[in-house]
Amino acid sequence: MDKNLKKEGRRDFLKKSTALAALTIATPAIIKAGENDERIAALFEKIPLNLEVNGVVHSLSVEPRVTLLDLLREQLHLTGTKKGCDYGQCGACTVHVDGKRINSCLTLAVMNEGKKITTIEGLADGDNLHPMQNAFIKQDGFQCGYCTPGQIMSGIACINEGHANSREEVQEYMSGNICRCGAYPNIVDAVMQVKKEGSNHD
Amino acid sequence: MDKIIEQTDIDRVDGIQKVTGTAKYSAEYDFPGMVYGVLATSNITKGIINAIDTKAAENAPGVLAVITHLNCPELPGYKSTPEQDKLVPTKKGYKVFADNIIRFNGQPIAIVVADTFERATHAASLIKANYTKEKHNTDFDEAIKSGTPLEGNNFKEYVRGEANAWINAPVKIEAEYTMPIEVHLPMEIHGITVVWDGEDKVTLYEKTQSLSGTQRNIVRTFGLKEENVRIITQFIGGAFGSAFNTWPHSMAALIAGRKVGKPIKLMLTRNQMFNLVGYRPEAKQKLGLGASADGKLMGITHEAIAMTASYNEFTEGIVNGSRSLYECPNVNTTYKVFPLDLSQPTWMRGPGETTGAFALESAMDELAYALKMDPIEFRLKNYAETDLERKKPYSSKYLKECYELGAEKINWKERNPEPRSMKEGDWLIGYGTGSGIFSAWRGAAKAVAKLLPDGTMILQSGVTDMGPGTATAMTNLAAETMGLSHTKISFEMGDTNLPPGPMQGGSGTTSTLGTAVFAACENMKKKLAAMIKDNAVFHTEIVHEVKVEDLVFENGYMMLKTDKTKKISYAEVIKSAGLSELEISEDSKGNPMLNHSAFSYAVHFVKVKVHSKTGVIKIDRAVSAVDAGKIINNKTAESQIIGAVVGGIGMSLMEEGVIDHRYGRWVNNNFADYHVAVNADVPNIEVLFVDKPDPVLNPIGAKGMGEVGIVGFAAAVTNAIFHATGKRIREIPVTADKLI
Ligand code: FES
Ligand code: FES
Repeated sequence: MDKNLKKEGRRDFLKKSTALAALTIATPAIIKAGENDERIAALFEKIPLNLEVNGVVHSLSVEPRVTLLDLLREQLHLTGTKKGCDYGQCGACTVHVDGKRINSCLTLAVMNEGKKITTIEGLADGDNLHPMQNAFIKQDGFQCGYCTPGQIMSGIACINEGHANSREEVQEYMSGNICRCGAYPNIVDAVMQVKKEGSNHD
Repeated sequence: MDKIIEQTDIDRVDGIQKVTGTAKYSAEYDFPGMVYGVLATSNITKGIINAIDTKAAENAPGVLAVITHLNCPELPGYKSTPEQDKLVPTKKGYKVFADNIIRFNGQPIAIVVADTFERATHAASLIKANYTKEKHNTDFDEAIKSGTPLEGNNFKEYVRGEANAWINAPVKIEAEYTMPIEVHLPMEIHGITVVWDGEDKVTLYEKTQSLSGTQRNIVRTFGLKEENVRIITQFIGGAFGSAFNTWPHSMAALIAGRKVGKPIKLMLTRNQMFNLVGYRPEAKQKLGLGASADGKLMGITHEAIAMTASYNEFTEGIVNGSRSLYECPNVNTTYKVFPLDLSQPTWMRGPGETTGAFALESAMDELAYALKMDPIEFRLKNYAETDLERKKPYSSKYLKECYELGAEKINWKERNPEPRSMKEGDWLIGYGTGSGIFSAWRGAAKAVAKLLPDGTMILQSGVTDMGPGTATAMTNLAAETMGLSHTKISFEMGDTNLPPGPMQGGSGTTSTLGTAVFAACENMKKKLAAMIKDNAVFHTEIVHEVKVEDLVFENGYMMLKTDKTKKISYAEVIKSAGLSELEISEDSKGNPMLNHSAFSYAVHFVKVKVHSKTGVIKIDRAVSAVDAGKIINNKTAESQIIGAVVGGIGMSLMEEGVIDHRYGRWVNNNFADYHVAVNADVPNIEVLFVDKPDPVLNPIGAKGMGEVGIVGFAAAVTNAIFHATGKRIREIPVTADKLI
């Protein structure tokens, strides 16, 4: 760790190290590995970050250990993106980064320098809902609504990726988004509706 | 009674909020100076905390407070009376930070408060405790072998006719069925935001299915005045029973928030969701069933054993369905519960009945095969026309219709009853059925309806909605009853400042609250009619004074039945009376159902495919026919049943809580290892409603449906697997390894 730090500089190290994701949940073992509390503390110093969220450019200063999900929810107050596990296992936190769907709990905010993020809050155009949002309402593609933002972001991407050619294919490519209320058949209906209408857009 | 209201299915009234991300769940409120609470938890299962080192945590950057049992303030609700001291441990409960006793692995030992989530999380990891360990037992089998079951009224044997009569029947089966711990795991992790205003007044944004229950618990624990405890629950991201209790983490956040004097937010981790907010207890059940050669049931014996925590006596009606689902003169049931060193279980969707129905409905299938009878025919032969347990007629029962509708839909008659006889390529095909029963009831609730001069209406009640669509159903009901477009109605809920509503759960919300809303609307109509009785608009040669019976209420207008051109809008009535609003408050009482028994029913039909070489199981079709009384909103009702069935798919094929008994710790407490049904696991689910009103339970005719949709489903799956493969699996979940 020390060697890397010297060679690449703190900033680069932070951007590359996936191990740092684990620092968010900071196990004592990792802390000990640093053997130097101050150095570890320095790793948690805020660093600048510029990114665009739903068309708004943000110049921020964030701790490297902050996930994109927590940045959105706790610092930008965009709570439409949900935390369902924080381990990349449920899809509730799905957002689009440069047009691709990702689990925002699995990426550190600082890894998204200069990127364009779209969240559920950025889909509608004023009062005009995105076709996928309309389809979810029409098909009753949710109950409690907690997985819904992630499902909708995933549904849009699923079509854009070309993975919505049949119900079976949609089911497969939407299986990373858990819905404990069990709205699955209606979620598939919603994605198929948008696909059929040809109304999908980013 | 028929056609009290016309059927229309409006879209969810909160749909736009949910699809745009503006719906706010409990951990999504922001206040200036917000701080974060994170729990540190025990890594032993049973014992005593000797010492706890919080220094490193306290000195970590951004940390404002660390609270443990050593510095937890004395709370009025934490003092126990001498009588309480005498109680057995399972009646005593557990209060967070009240003492140094560890009762289960992962029990909170401290809460760390810091200015950011990351800082609080890091600091919590720095807390070190020194324990004296005691020998623990988390193993259910071990407890059954060498432990002592709980005693008391909840565990009395039930006998009708002769006990164990099945043994002497000409055709009989006896079998044991087991199911593991199952966890609710709503997608919204339990979270809470607490805002204290001084030491004596607090507002909570809490994930709760019962606002008034939560309010009561906090009033009692903190010794506060009821009017000083406000609970707000605008949205709940699923719960399925996990949000009735006021859990330790909520109390911890309250304690910490008061100490630091800042708004505080706490969200559990997904791992903590497995042992801090309840689960469905593990159970073993033995069924003895006997029938005459022509298929009349002669005896049912149902013995259930389940588990609970060492500090909490949790019981549920596992054996209840066996007493009343079929007509059988001789029934006896026993129910035993063993305490374990685990966190406490709680109600989970279809509590008790779901566990019991898995065993009963599997045993019914086994006996049908032993009798060489069709499983549906066998059930119809033993159809209960009255409730033999309570000796009462049913308020309504359309179970027969459920069998018929479902069998027709799945094409049951094409099924070759011979096991392992139907194939599609490498796949073995099987059809199975299972029925479910769940109590229907109506409690007390209050609803307020306000008609405004612009012709819009506001409904209010302090209920919450975890997903079934309570606001939608109530809006739908009010629209139909009032003759007003649903777009003119808004439903305000989720706040203890509103008139007290019912809890959400037990499949009683629609029945209970619907009664109050219906009554408020009916009274509103009477009031409106009284206000216009002399109005010249309605006068004809014969009519000089209109009565409510003379009027129809449509599209926001009162019209004369005999001449609809004579009309006046509600808005005009309110305006011309110079009122700012017309308010009707309706206190609706519960229905004790003295002369009837009320139940909802479901019959599930499943077609499975089992791969003959790998044992992979796929649910190919699922058809559920449901008698839930009158359906208020088809769309949300159908979704509820679909959701329950999806839960049933998980229960029968994948969900299994695993604990390493050597350490008493959870092994699979995350979504990667504890599998729930995902999209690709779920076929198109066909839902059929009998949709006939119950004439007794309440004036709207609705029974309940959230629970019954899962009751009996697991048996439908295992019965279908037996039909497909000839293998009777009595242990759920049925995974491929059990079939090869
Ligand atoms: S919260 Fe990111 S995948 Fe679950
Ligand atoms: S709608 Fe509740 S989890 Fe999907």
